[in-house]
Amino acid sequence: MSPAAVPEGDLDAPAGIDPAQVGRIFREQSGRSVAALIRVLGDIDLAEDAVQDAFAVALRRWPTDGLPPNPGGWITTTARNRAIDRLRRESRGRELLAELALLAPGDEEVGMTEEEGPVDDDRLRLIFTCCHPALSGEAQVALTLRLLGGLSTEEVARAFLVAEPTMAKRLVRAKNKIKAARIPYRVPADHDLPSRLAPVLAVIYLIYNAGLARPEEPLLCAEAIRLARILSALMPDEPEVAGLLALLLLTESRRPARLRANGSLAVLAEQDRALWDRPLIDEGQAIVRRCLRRNHPGPYQLQAAINAVHADATTFEETDWQQIVALYDRLLELAPTPVVALNRAIAVGELDGPVAAFELVAELDLEGYQPFHAARADLLQRLGRAEEAAREYELAAALAPTEAEREFLRRGGRAGRRSRPSAAS
Amino acid sequence: MTRYLLSTHTVEGEQREPMSEEQMRETYQRLATIEQEMSASGAWVFSARLHEPETATVVRVAGGDALTTDGPFAESKEHLAGFYMIDAQDLDAALGWAAKVSEAIGRPIEVRPFAGFTDEPGGGA
Repeated sequence: MSPAAVPEGDLDAPAGIDPAQVGRIFREQSGRSVAALIRVLGDIDLAEDAVQDAFAVALRRWPTDGLPPNPGGWITTTARNRAIDRLRRESRGRELLAELALLAPGDEEVGMTEEEGPVDDDRLRLIFTCCHPALSGEAQVALTLRLLGGLSTEEVARAFLVAEPTMAKRLVRAKNKIKAARIPYRVPADHDLPSRLAPVLAVIYLIYNAGLARPEEPLLCAEAIRLARILSALMPDEPEVAGLLALLLLTESRRPARLRANGSLAVLAEQDRALWDRPLIDEGQAIVRRCLRRNHPGPYQLQAAINAVHADATTFEETDWQQIVALYDRLLELAPTPVVALNRAIAVGELDGPVAAFELVAELDLEGYQPFHAARADLLQRLGRAEEAAREYELAAALAPTEAEREFLRRGGRAGRRSRPSAAS
Repeated sequence: MTRYLLSTHTVEGEQREPMSEEQMRETYQRLATIEQEMSASGAWVFSARLHEPETATVVRVAGGDALTTDGPFAESKEHLAGFYMIDAQDLDAALGWAAKVSEAIGRPIEVRPFAGFTDEPGGGA
């Protein structure tokens, strides 16, 4: 049911809310309800359908009756009742009915509190099921957004530029595999946790970056941060979970400054730092400090620390590049990938100049990787090799995934360095 | 419980260093240990090793006539070499057994659920 199909609520009703608000509250709360119902029903589709039914009821009632005092609990209870209705119509549902009774209305209070409780544990179980390594990366992301994020199949499809039937098929196939291969619905044992946590963090990070690349889909960045917050509340002892949350908060703090008025990308050197979101920076930096005290560094924590250093500089020129290069050195030890080496080289370029950086970049085999060509272009420009720089800018622009980046590269990279290369007009 | 097939495959044209008698004995020893473990925990249902794919024959019936051809399915490049049939609580448990077998034989293992053997809703009675 689309919100537009619902009659406007009575504006005089004390707590009346509009259908768009119902949709938002539902998206925020549905992950808990879906997770709780999957545990009891042992069936993802049934849980999803029941929560969808509850959404239809909410769209009908909330605009006139007002928001219930505990919307999360209301959704779980209503969805449970709908599931009971559905099960009564099917013979196989009889035995499940007894279990459903266990999810008594009294439980709904748990859904409201932010403390760890059985319902929150369900969400943790669910994210490990959605991000099980037996599922493809694409399926992991889609399932997480659909089941935990409460996004519709159409929204998930749009976010990843996939046709809706393709996304629907992907979700069905993934859910079938969970059922047929019996992918477990539980938090992995401690000895499996490091390997099983990695895809969970990767999925959340990927959702965030998908949102960053597509400013017209602001839902994704917010959703990734929400998932990272949930995960960090549920797993307070995992330093990399905290690191991911800090990394997302610090990246998010700069999002208002990332684009110019014409939609072209503004890189760090060009950003209006007055636009950076201070409360997000403070929160992110506080987490980074806690991580430093704990001293169990990992790739997400180190990337968060690098971003925390950037956030400390009031101008680009004041950036503590020495510290940033030192952090990249540690990151490269833990994650010795050419992409990390490239980012380290870019930082070296700011600390020691373009000659040193160009030598480092020349050693990397990243042909066809857009940031590689963009970095080469910038360094060539600074080395005064304008023609070669122009060629690299063209190469990079052709590979750029977003219009904002293409615009940035077509205008010849960051402003104020050199004159604009004529070939890249 | 879900029933899984753990299978290993040979790849056509792939050259492998032949195992020495000593290595072969060690591998069998390791597999025997794993199989004992499987039996003790109630996971083991059946296991077998197959002869080379050249020993296979394919039968297809078309228009009522059975046509018999020498050799394995011609389209496939990978051929079943051996398998375990096990019962496991869930995929993680099955993957655990698969990892042990893979380590013992030095080859990848495909894990696939059997249809109709699980006590999932709708799967049993």
